[in-house]
Amino acid sequence: MPKIKLPTKSPHIDMTPMVDLFSVVLTFLMLTTTMRQQEPAPVDTPFSISEKPTPDYNTITLLLSKDDKVFLNFDNGPDTILKFRPKILAEMGKRYNIEFTPEELRQFEKYPSSMGVPILKMKEFLAAKDVKEKLAFQVGIPIDSTDNQLALWILFARQVNPAITACIKGDSKTGFPIVQKVLDIMQEKNVNKFNLITSLEAVKINLEEIQK
Amino acid sequence: MAEIIQEEKAGGKKKAKKHAPHIDMTPMVDLMCLLITFFMLTTAFAKAKVMEINLPEKIKDDKPQEAPRIQASRTLNIILGPNDKIYWYPGVVKPEEYNNLPPVQEVDFSVTGIRQLLLERNRSLAKKIDDFKQQVLEGKIKISQDSVVKAIAQLKKIDDTGPIVLIKAYKKANYGNFVDILDEMNICGIARYPFVPIAWYEEKMVEIATGTSPAAVVPAKN
Repeated sequence: MPKIKLPTKSPHIDMTPMVDLFSVVLTFLMLTTTMRQQEPAPVDTPFSISEKPTPDYNTITLLLSKDDKVFLNFDNGPDTILKFRPKILAEMGKRYNIEFTPEELRQFEKYPSSMGVPILKMKEFLAAKDVKEKLAFQVGIPIDSTDNQLALWILFARQVNPAITACIKGDSKTGFPIVQKVLDIMQEKNVNKFNLITSLEAVKINLEEIQK
Repeated sequence: MAEIIQEEKAGGKKKAKKHAPHIDMTPMVDLMCLLITFFMLTTAFAKAKVMEINLPEKIKDDKPQEAPRIQASRTLNIILGPNDKIYWYPGVVKPEEYNNLPPVQEVDFSVTGIRQLLLERNRSLAKKIDDFKQQVLEGKIKISQDSVVKAIAQLKKIDDTGPIVLIKAYKKANYGNFVDILDEMNICGIARYPFVPIAWYEEKMVEIATGTSPAAVVPAKN
């Protein structure tokens, strides 16, 4: 019987189509990407059937974490001409007699994510160099009736940008009392319209089945 | 993926190659793999959706306001309870009856739970909305998507048969329950669902139902 000769040289695979495909995928991803924001606390949003997309600009987002902390984010999307983030901080500083330097205001403007820092620690927070150091200051915004900084943030945000809309992003495990409290604070400042941020879920209802 | 390049041992003679020189693409492919992985992990694909909710304005002046009158027979009280349970009772309870509170029914967030309850009570309106949507789908009515939303809102506005659902939250409920119940209202096409603060006797009713209240024993002593 003749032996089958195995080729000694490894077969050459033509990688060109693979590279082509990779390039296409890579280009697509690079063009469509919107970077996922690093949140100071992990939040699993509840599901709903709502199909309305989140507004891109003029939003104030309240992040309610599982352990009853409140974080804030002001977002004006790609339009930064208004530069209302530093303005809000400057107003906050005036109220608490803290003078923020232009450098600090710029740091605040650049900070991409939600923040939950008491105003008295804000200077140290902005001075902190890396993410881990900053995270130590993220203890949540005080919402007690004695020192209700959340109410002030909302007040100044609405003064600086009257078109701002409120979004609430809560973890599905967040206890209801904190949600109620935040809603109350917002309503006291005459914010009555809220956007609850949810993930999309497909639900189909079958009337006949239920009527049986 | 990587190709092992074996050196040919045969002599030192070098033949001039006739075909185009082969470029080793392996490093490029490696790099691309890395970049693709990076982008896939950092990209937020599905944009988060929002659900709008309008809460009634807080009345700040001290003038006593007359509460809006609603029919007790159409009222359905839904209390979000602990452990993802919903407690509900129809009609109204007067605070004077605190020793003789009506029992609350327990349902859950499943299709056969709260949704069945709501759809049964909201059948005529739900059917109207469903028929309307069906007609739009079949092309019998030709209107834009915006008008569909408006027409459904109008159907809900003129409806006077569906329940008025009062949503209340017990202190051990969580945010997920709150969103779920609002979502359920949208699914079932409930026209009116005000969110109201929970009354103390309703808290008690939930506590009796869950068996966590010492008050459950008190009426027996009387």
